[in-house]
Amino acid sequence: MRKSLVVLIALVTLALFSAAVSAQTIGLAISTLDNPFFVDLKDGAEAKAAELGVSLRVVDAQDDPARQLSGIEDLIARKVDLILVNPTDSAAVVPAILAANRAGIPVITIDRSADGGEVAAYIASDNVLGGKMAGEFIAELLGGKGKVVEIEGIPGTNAARERGQGFNEAMANYPEMEVVARQEAGFDRAKGLTVMENILQAQPEIDAVFCHNDEMALGAIIAIQAAGRADKIKVVGFDATDDAVAAVKEGRMLATVAQQPRLMGALGVEYALKVLQGEEVADFIPVPLELVK
Amino acid sequence: MKAIRQAGRPRQELFRRYGMLLVLVVMVFLASMLSDRFLTASNLLNVTRQVTINAILAAGMTIVIISGGIDLSIGSVVAISGALGAGLMATGAGWAAGVLVTLLVGLALGITNGLFIAYGQLPPFIVTLATMALARGFTQVYTGGRAITVTSQTFQWFGHGYVGSIPVPVIIMIIIYILGYFFFKRTKLGRLVYAVGGNEHACRMAGIRVNRVKVAIYGINGLLAGLVGVILTARLFSAQPTAGVAYEMDAIAAVILGGTSLSGGRGNIGGTIVGALIIGVLGNVFNLMDVSPFYQDVAKGLVILVAVLLDRLLHAGGGSLRRGVSSGADQAKSA
Repeated sequence: MRKSLVVLIALVTLALFSAAVSAQTIGLAISTLDNPFFVDLKDGAEAKAAELGVSLRVVDAQDDPARQLSGIEDLIARKVDLILVNPTDSAAVVPAILAANRAGIPVITIDRSADGGEVAAYIASDNVLGGKMAGEFIAELLGGKGKVVEIEGIPGTNAARERGQGFNEAMANYPEMEVVARQEAGFDRAKGLTVMENILQAQPEIDAVFCHNDEMALGAIIAIQAAGRADKIKVVGFDATDDAVAAVKEGRMLATVAQQPRLMGALGVEYALKVLQGEEVADFIPVPLELVK
Repeated sequence: MKAIRQAGRPRQELFRRYGMLLVLVVMVFLASMLSDRFLTASNLLNVTRQVTINAILAAGMTIVIISGGIDLSIGSVVAISGALGAGLMATGAGWAAGVLVTLLVGLALGITNGLFIAYGQLPPFIVTLATMALARGFTQVYTGGRAITVTSQTFQWFGHGYVGSIPVPVIIMIIIYILGYFFFKRTKLGRLVYAVGGNEHACRMAGIRVNRVKVAIYGINGLLAGLVGVILTARLFSAQPTAGVAYEMDAIAAVILGGTSLSGGRGNIGGTIVGALIIGVLGNVFNLMDVSPFYQDVAKGLVILVAVLLDRLLHAGGGSLRRGVSSGADQAKSA
């Protein structure tokens, strides 16, 4: 009896002690909560923090870099253990990150990177993987054989480069898939329309179109419908905007690639704990995407 | 032909008038050699329809530039007029109200530009640069950064309909250019545009109400931007917050390619349609031939540069002849 009491006391003490150790506080400086994307990101982080038993303090910058700087200064003053920063702007966030560096508080950036300062990791959507998923989805749908068109975003942007890279990596795995045209339409609906009109003139046979964003995809769909080829040509977009998701539901668009902001927030908290435990983490943590179809 | 050879000046005049047409013909010839898909009836209609938006904007820009001005706001005016028209229709108003509001917003913004430029004595570049930012900003505020969908099929007809086998936007463009031709040839206002662009001071001394002319010019230009707002919204089944970005640049390029002088007083609307076609054919051929996007802008810039240079060289030889007959103001400009 006495023995078991001692064991119990020991266990309780240990539990209390370990709880005290793990009750770490993480700060989350979010760019804006006016955008549903970032609300989801925050919700994902909060759910993960509750699950892992860490406390999370959230400051909202309302898309104002100055407000973000003062928010991060508040977090530093409260001596949080680590700050997750979702920058309003990659350049404007640098002073805030330098302030955290001076205070010896590690920083992880989410969704947008920082142009300077010391950052433990950068967590963002894996555009390469997203492009690859879209490409593989199209290839499998066509049975590994067919003619596809790639409508690219503004040349030189990260999104265009990475989404295109992933898509073409997927195409390379299917020897009988042929990309018959690769044209740029500036992420713009009107340009997507005219570029697709021209491609339709040049290409009598097209089975599917992959667009680097939904705006161009929605423009391309108008061109395809006007040409009376909507039953033959499937369109896949990227971003899962409201208009695009509606088009997918109505069957006008085959699929669109969606980012996962909740998962992004959850991974933020997970990697924050890894960093605090002194684990080695990669500079870039890619967040997987999902296909809305 | 004999008559042309005898007199140097008409030949130079011929080159000046039709030099760009020659460039277009050569381009069409090359395009049909490079892509067997180019010279098909369906593609030619397709190109012509794609050209309409820039061509209509460039028609208005021709008037503005001949008068010695510039209008940088038209791309943003296209966006705000289209957004307000589509927004009205989204509340249940009919297509006619949508068209009317889109046109009126364009007209009102154009007149506002004109009032500031004429009565405020402000440079057109600055006034329209400000309108460009303001109209774009209002579009973003009004749309909340999202497209406004238009479901009226009658409205969509303005972008996608056909009369016989001719697309509706093409018919609208042809009507605009016929009206433009008569505007310059037959109306008093059309003549005054040249006069104001040639020598504004002399016009004022001669008792011409230059301020009214300017308000009318920018008003017409705004109205045409509103018309493009209708066509573009109809083409996309929706008004886009980013509609018309940088459209003013393509319009200016078409006007300059068409042989209109940026310093005012000289030019014609017939050249402008040729300039717009050159730009349109270029984009179409790039897509048909699947030219890498990295090279497209390089090629576009080079073609514009070479075409304008060619135009300059073609009638540079006539300089001495022209000098004898041209006015003092014209000489000062070409110096």
